[in-house]
This record gives sequence, C-alpha cells and structure tokens, in this order.
Amino acid sequence: MHWLFYLSFFKVLLLLAITAPVALGFGFLGAMAARSHFPPLAMLGKGYIAIVRGVPDIAFFMFFVIALDQAFEWTRHKILCPEWTDPVRQGNDFIVCQAAKLPLGTAPEWVHETYGFFLAVITFSIVFGAFAANVLFGGMRAVPHAQLETAEAYGMTRRQTFWRILVPQMWVYALPGLSNLWMVLIKATPLLFLLGIEDIVYWARELGSFKNPKFTQYPHGDWRMWYFLALLVFYLGMTRVSEIGLERLMRRLSHGQATAGGELLRKETTA
Amino acid sequence: MSCVQTIQDYALRSVGIGERLLPRNDFTLCEQFTLIGSGMIWNIYFGTMALATGFFLATALAVGKASSKKWLRKPSEWFIFLFRGSPLFIQFFFAYFFFLSLKQSFPFFDALTSAWLGALIVLFCNTAAYSGEIFYGALRSIPKGDIEAADAYGMTGWSRFRRIIWPTMLRLAWPAYTNEAIFLFHATTLVFFSAFPVWQQRGDALYYAGYFADKTFNPFIPYPILAFYFILLTLVVIWGFGLVNKHLNRHLPVAKRSKMKLRLNLAR
Amino acid sequence: MKKLILTTAALALSAGMAMADTVRLGTEGAYAPWNFVNDAGEIDGFERELGDELCKRAGLECEWVKNDWDSIIPNLVSGNYDAIIAGMSITDERDEVIDFTQNYTPPDPSAYIAMSDGVDLAGGVIAAQTGTIQAGYVADSGATLVEFASPEETIAAVRNGEADAVLADRSFLAPFTEDGSGLLFVGDDVPLGGGVGMGIRESDGELKEKFNAAIQSMKDDGSLNALITKWEVSSTF
Repeated sequence: MHWLFYLSFFKVLLLLAITAPVALGFGFLGAMAARSHFPPLAMLGKGYIAIVRGVPDIAFFMFFVIALDQAFEWTRHKILCPEWTDPVRQGNDFIVCQAAKLPLGTAPEWVHETYGFFLAVITFSIVFGAFAANVLFGGMRAVPHAQLETAEAYGMTRRQTFWRILVPQMWVYALPGLSNLWMVLIKATPLLFLLGIEDIVYWARELGSFKNPKFTQYPHGDWRMWYFLALLVFYLGMTRVSEIGLERLMRRLSHGQATAGGELLRKETTA
Repeated sequence: MSCVQTIQDYALRSVGIGERLLPRNDFTLCEQFTLIGSGMIWNIYFGTMALATGFFLATALAVGKASSKKWLRKPSEWFIFLFRGSPLFIQFFFAYFFFLSLKQSFPFFDALTSAWLGALIVLFCNTAAYSGEIFYGALRSIPKGDIEAADAYGMTGWSRFRRIIWPTMLRLAWPAYTNEAIFLFHATTLVFFSAFPVWQQRGDALYYAGYFADKTFNPFIPYPILAFYFILLTLVVIWGFGLVNKHLNRHLPVAKRSKMKLRLNLAR
Repeated sequence: MKKLILTTAALALSAGMAMADTVRLGTEGAYAPWNFVNDAGEIDGFERELGDELCKRAGLECEWVKNDWDSIIPNLVSGNYDAIIAGMSITDERDEVIDFTQNYTPPDPSAYIAMSDGVDLAGGVIAAQTGTIQAGYVADSGATLVEFASPEETIAAVRNGEADAVLADRSFLAPFTEDGSGLLFVGDDVPLGGGVGMGIRESDGELKEKFNAAIQSMKDDGSLNALITKWEVSSTF
C-alpha cells in the first residue's frame, strides 16, 4: 500500500511539470488579450485576471472540476448526439447520451484516473494562468518603450514587433514574478485532493490515521503527524531546489540584457 | 420568512449570536448570502488581526535578515524559509497537533486549540515571514543617497531608522505588501478547512458555503457567492492600502508619485 | 485528420452500445467495516463484498471508484459514477436529490462513545463528522457540536480530550471500543435514518430496479444476513 504513497509524490511532480507550461500558455493568452486593442477582448483578458485573482483558489477548486466535466460533456453531447431530445438537466440530474460521456463508460479505470488528472491540470492552469497573465502583462509593459519604437522605425509591423522584440525581451522582466508563481504553485499542490486526485495529502492522511487491528496486518495509532512531517520536508526541499535553479536561470537570462542584473554580469566578466 | 428576518437571525450566526439552528430545508438565496456573509466575519478577523500583528514581526525579521550579525541573520533567514517554503495547509495541520500536545501537558495553553487563537498564531507567523521577505527586499533597494543624507544630518541608530530607513522601506514595499494582504485574506479560508474543528457550527465563509453545497448538493450557488464576497473584500483591501500608499508618498511632487498600480504582482 | 475524427466517433458510438453493462460504484473508502482501503490498496469491506455480489446477481459488470464524502452526491448526479454504495443512510433530505434502493441493512441505531462513563451527552461537547445525519442531530439536541472533516478525526478528538463523546453509527464505533484504548459506549442508542441503501440518480429507474431485485434476492436467501454478521455492520433482517 505504501507504494501508492510514493507514487503520489510522482503524481504531484508530474502535475507541476505539466501545469507550469500550460498555465504559462493560459497566462500568455490572457496577457495578449488584456493588451489587445479590441475592447471586448481586452475586457475579457482583464476580467479573467481580476476575477480569478480576487477569489481564493480553494473556492474554485470546490466546484471547478464538476463544472469543467459538465461543460465538456455538454459540448460533446451537442455535437455527437444531435438527435437527442431529452433535456440534459432533468431535475438534479445531469444526463448526456452515452457517447458523450467523458471518459466513456466502458473505459478502464486508468482512463478515468487520467481524465481526472487532466481536469485537475486544467483547473490549476486556469487559476494560475490568471496570475501568470498578470505577471506577463507587467513584463510586457516593462520592456523599454524605445525598443519598440526602434522596431517600428525599422518598418516592422505590430505583429513582428510583438513576436521579435517584445516577447524575447519580456522574460527577464517577468522572471522574478514567474519564479514567485512557481513557488506558489508548489505550495498549492496539497489542495489537489480537493480535485479528486489521490495525492500525497490524501495518502498521508489515509496511511497515518489510526489503523484497527481488525482490518489490517499493520495496526498502529495516529501517525499522521509523522507522515505530514515527511510532506513538510518534501516541500521545504522542493522550495530549496527551486530557489537554486531559478537563481541560475535568472543569471543566464540576464546575460546581455540592459538591466542592473545584466550590467552586474558584464562587470563580472570584464573585470 | 422574509429576508430581513433571515438577516436578523443569521447575520451574526458565525460568532454565536442569533438563531442557534442553521436552516435545514428550502434554502433561499437570502439565507445563503446571509450566512456566508456572516462567515466572512471570521475571514476578516483572521486577516486583519494577522496583518496588524504580523507587521511588527515582519519589520524585525527584515532588519534581522539584513543584519551583518550572524546570530541575528540566521534565525531570521530560517524563520522566513520555514514559513515561506512550506504550504500553509500543512502548517495548520502541524500547529493543531502541536497545540494539542502542549495543551495536554499544560492546561494553561487551552485556548490554543481553538481557531480564534491557534489559527491566528499560524497566520501571524505566516504573514510575518512573507512580509518580512518583502520588507527585506525593500531595505536592500533603499537609495544609498537617502542613508548618506541621514548620516550627514548626524542621525544615527534608532532615529535614523525610525525617520529615514523605515518610512522609505515601507514606501518601496507597499505595492507588494498590498498583494500579500490580499493573499492573506484568501489564505484565511484554510483555517477551518484543514485542521481546526468548527464549534457549534460557527465557521468561516467557506464552512457555510460548504454547508449549503452539502445540503443542497449543488455547489454552483454557494461557492460563487463566496467568490463574490471575496472579490468585494479584495477591492476594499486595495482601496484601503491605496489610501495608505498615498499617505506614504505625500512628500513627493505630484508628477513623481508613483500611482499605485492595481496590476499587482503575485507576491507570495 | 477527418478520418481520425470519424473513427473516434465510430468508436464512441460502438462503445455506447456495449457500455450499458458496466456500472461504476462510488464509495468513500474510509469507513471500516463498511468500506475501507486494505493493505493491498484495494477497496474492501462489507460493501465491497455486497456490491460485487449484487452486480453478479443483476448481471452487471461493476467497477469501483473512490470519491470524497463531501462531493459524493454531486458527482453521482453529474454522472461520474452510477451508484453510491458508501454506508449512506436513507434520509428525506438526500431522497429529494437522488433515489435510494431498498435498504440493505436495517435502520440501525447511532451511538455515543467516550473515554469515561457519565459524560454529559445533553450539554457536553459532542464530535461528529461534518455533513452527517449525526451532526444534524447533535446540532438539534442542544449539546455543543464539534465537526471534523473525517470520521477518524472525531475519534481522535475524543482520545485527546477535545470532545467528550462521538456520535456515529454504532457499527463504526464498535471496533474502537474493543481495542483496549479505553473508549466505551455511553448513554442510550439514538435511532437515526432509515437504514442504508444505494444511492442512484433519479433518472436511472432501470438500474434502481435491477439493484432492488438483487438486494431482495439476497435478503430472501439469507446471504445478506450472513454478510452483515460476517462484517458486524448492523443487526440482521
């Protein structure tokens, strides 16, 4: 049974590894929308950022998974079963045709679990995407305006300026915020169990709780304290490793940039 | 039952005033709004108390971390690392267990296992660590000229800190600190969620939202109500901290006053 | 690309046909002896055996799913599984939202356990799991209710003195009184709920009838009573 506990550590790491780029993608889209010159799109981008950031993540986690699942199934229902005339909502029930079920009723258990994991990733990404959008939006605004004007003077279009000048340069300005975000993301993972994932917190509780000799070969008292201690060490370790890694990344990105950090690097190498 | 009646019965339910029994069936929107709003009392209590007390420890931690003396610097660094490096969820859990065992050996610590004190202590340490780091960053970026000017006026020690360094530090740190405040309020929802038990159904906003979701089996109404309240709270925090920011920057010429940007960066 | 979509659609359709026979059973996995996770990491307990037997009799292929207690009903009505079999008492409140099969254990009393005799059950501090019928009962009774997220924590609360007593299903509490840690039954039993049944979506009448028939057949041939006795979950029919 303990291998499930160890496995759950990998689940958390995997979730982090997948969520980080996906959330960054959401963030990028959000920031682009917020910068847009088309008012409804800009409103949408800014609204997304403001609403998600104004609400505790836990409030989203409580109902997002079911909401997302229903949204997906409803869409598939409309596409796959156009001949279906019964209403999807019958009283309290939410009913779609069998073919629209996600995952399909016949799918083996691992598909269900993967789908649940996928929903968790999307939920995390939507929430943290808003934060990333905010950071990237700030990063884009921090790129010196002269750089953009120069690009324009060279005859670049708006699109070219955005992709060739703004995007490559904004990262160094956005990185401190993004590193921070990464740290927050790590520390939000204990809430994964809310999304129906059997994560490290779930197993720490399950394995650590009082075990009655009648139902197990390894009875013990309340050991949750020790299991949670292991989690604490795990998280502190993750934080430390991330701090070191991000520090290195910052040094690399600062190379050749017109910032204080870049200047420092230049002096170090020429001195 | 009219909505006014509901508000009279339940607006202060979370602190134990009003109707003792929670609504049981035929839940109205009014009941949900009132009770979840009532729960917000706890969130606001935890948030403001932790901010008010944590502020002082944060200043001390920042000064400690920036200190050249090792015996001051190391404890500050460790404190900040411990509380910033681990999830609040797990901190609550540990605190509760720790307080329980304390209480069993010394009855003096009885109050620690109730949320109003125990959870507050955790939030206090937590926000002190996060704000400490923010203040530390601000301390390091105080313009050298300001300190040299203070030296030139013959200011030293406490008066230099009190009149020059501290106000400048606050001014520089304020936008990030506003952010921290917002997230602290969000974090208060974890109090009754992970470790501390709810007594006599006096819980925070999330507890009541959960109660309704549990009774109506429909999460799509209570949680958005909770979200609505928190957006409101966030706006109030931004407004309040904006006033302080104005005050901190009052000496600058109008054009140079950095308007506090509402696009705050995530500071946790 | 188009071909790919077509094949998936075809797959989806054929799957829809075959699917009728797989029924997903949702349970909590933290309520021994009713349902719990055994040393091998699998769902075990009274309801595991019962569910497997019911599915066999109804000619259904069943699969087990674990779900948090708090969201066990929303996930059922949302279609993430087809039946709840998690020691869920039949109550009016729940019956408004979902349907229940006939009960597979008789209405069974809830009971208090405490560390010592003579605790004040009417005015003392009573622990219960959040959202259970017992929590509702304590809130009504005038005692001080303390709610914990899981049943384990309610027991822990009595052990460490946070609460005077726990109110829960008698069968769930019984093992704790036998392990020599000093917990014992106190006060009178409290009759709550209408027995335990399987929760099924209201629109799923067909499935409900299948399970009803299977439960009836197990009641008739005495195998249900044998299971109840084996796991000591309640009195027999």
